[in-house]
Amino acid sequence: MQASAETQSLLATPVGGRLWRRKAINRVMTVLIVAAFVIALIPLFSLLYQVVKRGLPGLSWEFFTTSPRGVIGGGGAAHAIVGTIVITAVTAAISVPIGILAAIYLTEYDGGRLRRALTFFVDVMTGIPSIVAGLFAFALFAIFFGPGIRLGLMGAVALSVLMIPIVIRSSEEVLKIVPNQLREASYALGTPKWRTIVKVVLPTAFAGLVTGVMIAIARIVGETAPLLVTTGVVDSINSNPFEGRMQNLAVYAYSEYRTPGVMKQASYDRAWAAALTLIAIVMILNLAARFVYRRYRTEIR
Amino acid sequence: MNATGVSPLAAAGPRRRWGDRIFSNLVLTAAIAILALLAGVAFFLLIESLPAVGASPAELPEGKSLVDYIAPLAFGTVLAATIAVVIAVPLAIAVALFISHLAPRRIVLALGFLVDLLAAIPSIIYGLWGIFVLGPAAVPVMQWLEENLGFIPFFEGPASATGRTMLVAGLVLTVMILPIVSAVAREVFSQTPRKLQEGALALGATRWEMIRMTVLPFGRSSIISGAMLGLGRALGETMAVTIILSVSGIVTFNLISQANPSTIAANIALDFPESSGLAVNTLIASGLVLFAITLVTNLAARSIVARQNIQ
Repeated sequence: MQASAETQSLLATPVGGRLWRRKAINRVMTVLIVAAFVIALIPLFSLLYQVVKRGLPGLSWEFFTTSPRGVIGGGGAAHAIVGTIVITAVTAAISVPIGILAAIYLTEYDGGRLRRALTFFVDVMTGIPSIVAGLFAFALFAIFFGPGIRLGLMGAVALSVLMIPIVIRSSEEVLKIVPNQLREASYALGTPKWRTIVKVVLPTAFAGLVTGVMIAIARIVGETAPLLVTTGVVDSINSNPFEGRMQNLAVYAYSEYRTPGVMKQASYDRAWAAALTLIAIVMILNLAARFVYRRYRTEIR
Repeated sequence: MNATGVSPLAAAGPRRRWGDRIFSNLVLTAAIAILALLAGVAFFLLIESLPAVGASPAELPEGKSLVDYIAPLAFGTVLAATIAVVIAVPLAIAVALFISHLAPRRIVLALGFLVDLLAAIPSIIYGLWGIFVLGPAAVPVMQWLEENLGFIPFFEGPASATGRTMLVAGLVLTVMILPIVSAVAREVFSQTPRKLQEGALALGATRWEMIRMTVLPFGRSSIISGAMLGLGRALGETMAVTIILSVSGIVTFNLISQANPSTIAANIALDFPESSGLAVNTLIASGLVLFAITLVTNLAARSIVARQNIQ
């Protein structure tokens, strides 16, 4: 408890002056706090407004269905949409099982030192800059396949380094709040531990686990930097993560901005359209995650 | 934490124990895989940066030694992140206080969602917003700073006409780390013991005096650790800086001119796609330095939180 230390600081803080002065200070500080809050929100609204305003002109049927292959200064983002789906799916396929199993280890098994080490290193992992995760995947594959290698799979490995700690943290949180009485009731019926976890603990936490995974996907779906060094830039549709370069929407937006070609404004329009699509994906994932949690969570009394 | 100490296996037959053994080995493998992955990150980065460490300056990009190559980048990285933290922390405290203590209860949930949304926006979009919207908008402000505050080294000028400056990059980083810092602060502010807050109010304190005497002291260490987490994020942020900053590899505190030091992350993103041979190893070595800097920052943040928990 903090009480004694806090009481001391309470006593140590001099408060004085006339009442009108204290009330005036109170009012000034309130105004300052509200003003700071409004200032902090301005960038958010400006950003959302600009992305919608500048993104809409570039959105078209063509944008979603064609690739820039063989089209000079034109084409759409179909290759980037395919790339986003494939890279994200492979990343999730790697990260979700490992993340949830590790979270089960942390909450259900008495690991002692290994558990403390894991908790600590998951913290370390959450702080890895995304570009460093990309360099790691590059270094890993470059040692075995030479420095020219660029694969969708490399991007997925890089993104997994970023996604696994997020999945572990959120899964651990929801597994922890599954009441012990449920586990004990299951044990009392003679159910072995693994069946208790699979049939009792995981179903109870299911909505929370799904929510956590969706939020984790929303975090990595728009990553750019790690993919720049692992999946490269490409302009044809490639849905095979084990062969050839690949591109997601974020890298597409970046390369349309970076190398606009002859029709500059058209390129910028496509960059903004990709940005708008990305924001829409991220928002839908976040809202859907909230909906799943509210609608399907197990009531724990 | 839970009933793991009790062994439900004691009475179970050998057939059941089989399933248990397989399952516990499975989760143990996942746990060890994560430790191996992290060890792999450090190991492979080290292996791939070794060639650059052993090389002579003439073989490296720009003909500089490895230290001379990375030092200006490290300076730029720390400068940009420092600007972001200095501006973001006071704002984040205000945002957290507003949500935890001032806002009407009904809109608190919606506000929390808004701030979370800010954290979920991909960095590439912040970069585009910075170069197309904030940069041009900041040009007149930077000209004003040069004319009126030019005697301060930060605003020495000549002011950039494009807005691709360290100040704008720092401001975009501010917007990006604000939700992280304020989320940490908000969490702890709302846990301030009720009895302290009500005690202060009962003694006749105004709401601000109550906040100053109970909420802020209670949340002090979490503000520090939130700031460190934000710093860690700002140090490693890549795309926004890559897009916004016009770089020239110099070391300067001048925040509003066309010539800026680059950051480690932005330099990697800019140069990596066109690099080959030792240049790649050099970039990976700089990435290792970035990894070390963020690691130290994050560990410092964690240790502050841990110390608070022990108290």
